[in-house]
Amino acid sequence: MDPSILDGYDPQSFYCEMLRGSASHVIRERLSGLSIDALKQRAAAANAELYDLGITFTIYSDAQTIDRILPFDVLPRILSAEEWRHIERGIIQRITAINLLLDDVYHDQHVLRDGVVPAELILGNHNYRPLMRGIDLPHKTYVNICGTDIVRDERGTFLVLEDNARTPSGVSYVVENRHMMLRAFPDLLDDISLRAIDNYGAKLIAALQEVAPAGVADPQVVLLSPGTYNSAYFEHVFLAREMGVPLVEGSDLLVEDDRVFMRTTGGLSRVDVIYRRINDDYLDPEAFVPESMLGVPGLMRAYRAGNLALANAVGTGVADDKAVYAYMPRIIRYYLDEDQILPNVETHICREPKALRYTLDRLAELVVKPVGEAGGYGITVGPRASLRELDECRAKLVADPANYISQPCVNLSVAPTLVDGQIEPRHVDLRPFAVTGSSTWVLPGGLTRVALRRGSLVVNSSQGGGSKDTWVIE
Amino acid sequence: MSDVLLARFADCIFWLARYVERAENLARILDVNETFSRDSRGGQNWRPILQLNSDEKRFFATHPAATAQSVVKFYVIDSGNPTSIISAIRYARENARTLRPLISTEMWVQLNVFYNRLAALGEDDLLPGRLAALFGIIKEACQTHTGITEGTLFRDQGWYFYQLGRYIERADQTTRLLDIKYHLLLPSPSDVGSPTDVSQWNALLRSAAGYHAYRRLHTASTTPARIAGFLLLNQAFPRSVHHCVREVSQLLSEVKSRYALRHGNDAAEELDRLRAVLGTLDISTILSEGLHEFLDLMQQQLNAVTRDLSIAFFGYSPEASQAQTATPQ
Repeated sequence: MDPSILDGYDPQSFYCEMLRGSASHVIRERLSGLSIDALKQRAAAANAELYDLGITFTIYSDAQTIDRILPFDVLPRILSAEEWRHIERGIIQRITAINLLLDDVYHDQHVLRDGVVPAELILGNHNYRPLMRGIDLPHKTYVNICGTDIVRDERGTFLVLEDNARTPSGVSYVVENRHMMLRAFPDLLDDISLRAIDNYGAKLIAALQEVAPAGVADPQVVLLSPGTYNSAYFEHVFLAREMGVPLVEGSDLLVEDDRVFMRTTGGLSRVDVIYRRINDDYLDPEAFVPESMLGVPGLMRAYRAGNLALANAVGTGVADDKAVYAYMPRIIRYYLDEDQILPNVETHICREPKALRYTLDRLAELVVKPVGEAGGYGITVGPRASLRELDECRAKLVADPANYISQPCVNLSVAPTLVDGQIEPRHVDLRPFAVTGSSTWVLPGGLTRVALRRGSLVVNSSQGGGSKDTWVIE
Repeated sequence: MSDVLLARFADCIFWLARYVERAENLARILDVNETFSRDSRGGQNWRPILQLNSDEKRFFATHPAATAQSVVKFYVIDSGNPTSIISAIRYARENARTLRPLISTEMWVQLNVFYNRLAALGEDDLLPGRLAALFGIIKEACQTHTGITEGTLFRDQGWYFYQLGRYIERADQTTRLLDIKYHLLLPSPSDVGSPTDVSQWNALLRSAAGYHAYRRLHTASTTPARIAGFLLLNQAFPRSVHHCVREVSQLLSEVKSRYALRHGNDAAEELDRLRAVLGTLDISTILSEGLHEFLDLMQQQLNAVTRDLSIAFFGYSPEASQAQTATPQ
């Protein structure tokens, strides 16, 4: 056999997405025909193109903001059709349950009365929105766009780490990464039955039109962004373009007689559906944070009057809370009478005394996470933490146990990654994106995030993570 | 996208076009000043360019003297100067970034690359021997933008507001180009018609890319009056004020009727008046009443049109639109 660029690659005891996967042998063979120098050259050309596109420009000196830099690794992460089918079924099951949970929580609250989920966990949650009580949503769909964070342990089992049911981001990188790979590696992609992903925008707008207020014939959809200085503005542009809808900011919209309008060259023009990339808190200064400059006064009045659809709905944050996550196996059983297709990572809810004791006893083995934070902030990884960090974590846990959960440290799977001119194993996760109108559709593959620092398990872009193209191959 | 256009986007695309047009014309003006600024003893005078843009106060606050080097640096790479080429392209790029949902990816990429290229320039690139080539590169990048826009920008409402901005800015810049000549001659009007004067007028024509067209019209004679008349009034020359104003007027009436836009009548009336003036006055009348005064009047009326458009279509309140024409978006 010819020498391969993967010859010196050693994933150690971790599950390797490239070496273990049943669908990746074709790609392994094709990669073996490439020299490391050729790979480096193509990677450099791809990154130069991203620079020209302005996707990875570094510092935006005028406004002192930094555009999101998500380094792109050219070695794809590969999933077989069979693996994908399993993930897809699991995600659809989860989103179905989450939507049923939200509809219940904002209506009759059977789930609380039946004691499946502790009432205070829901009703005392900052993201629970009493304003949503009694509102009937089309198709009872609360979560139109969901990004589910999935990891794989050393045995290759897929586990759900987190549901992102508010405003998940990253889908633009999925599509842009694919465009980049098609240009830089046409020879790798040739004739391999790769699932296409370029219909995301069409699926998204169709779903958004499905949830438009009843009786609107040709609903006007817009995307609401916090503006050009938001770190995800690139993605907002991408989505608006893919859907062919106006990209608006709060100041472009106004509410009159409980109806929403945008300011156009021809005067005011009706808006029926808003895909908002602004958190609940800032959406409507009349209803939530009064100082918000990003939102639109009166939006919630229009929403409650049934003249407006919001995607995602207000108040979904109560379902993707890290504490509620722990109850997902029971929630799925309660609503669907099914076992979880994609299991949770074992989770200890520190608000429960037994779980707190368990966590404190095994702090050095566990990962401790605050329930309210996103982006990998505030996490203590026991096996990697210094004694001082463990002491600090212990103090926080004792002071406010309800704010924390703990989980065993999952040895995330790895994938070969080009780092400093060499190919080395790096830990990866997977965030597939699902779109729900009257039914749920999952974009094949999703965003594979990779922890570029050697040994690091944290894949978040704010913590030194990058991304890979994800290929679902028949 | 449906046929509605956000007021904010109309504003942004109008100014995107203006800033690129402005950068191109500033490169033309700086280029031609190389020729103009030499007096009979070979010394250079760059002060008129500062006067032209009303930048003297700001310039002399940070520079002791208007040397060729300091003025060129101020207008090409000084990102702290809002009237520099790099600032114009930065504002254009900012607007393009906001407008990415509307404009083509190729338009965005070219402006992004153009800006990055300007941002990488240093003082060494502004040495006298390199200036002409640099201005050539800048003009060409602006024209590339225009070409990409022509070939890729979808022709809906956004396109109209882009074109409106482009032609208003071009008309304004042509009046400024002519005004340089006025400023330079101000101290000694008796020079009119001297050999230096004629070569300067030729340089002026060249900077506006009008030399050959002018020659075809007026085979033998180069008189200041004819050249000024050509740049102001010729209906076929793409940079003439008359041509630009007619385009603006037609574009406005087209976009209003095609998209049933109710507002914008003030601007339309303003443009009608401008067209009437440009269509009836001849150059000798203009010169006898004062070229500078006439150019000033043109600039004021173009500003008034911009103000009317801002109120009618871009969502400005009448008070807020007062200061807006001069300041970057």
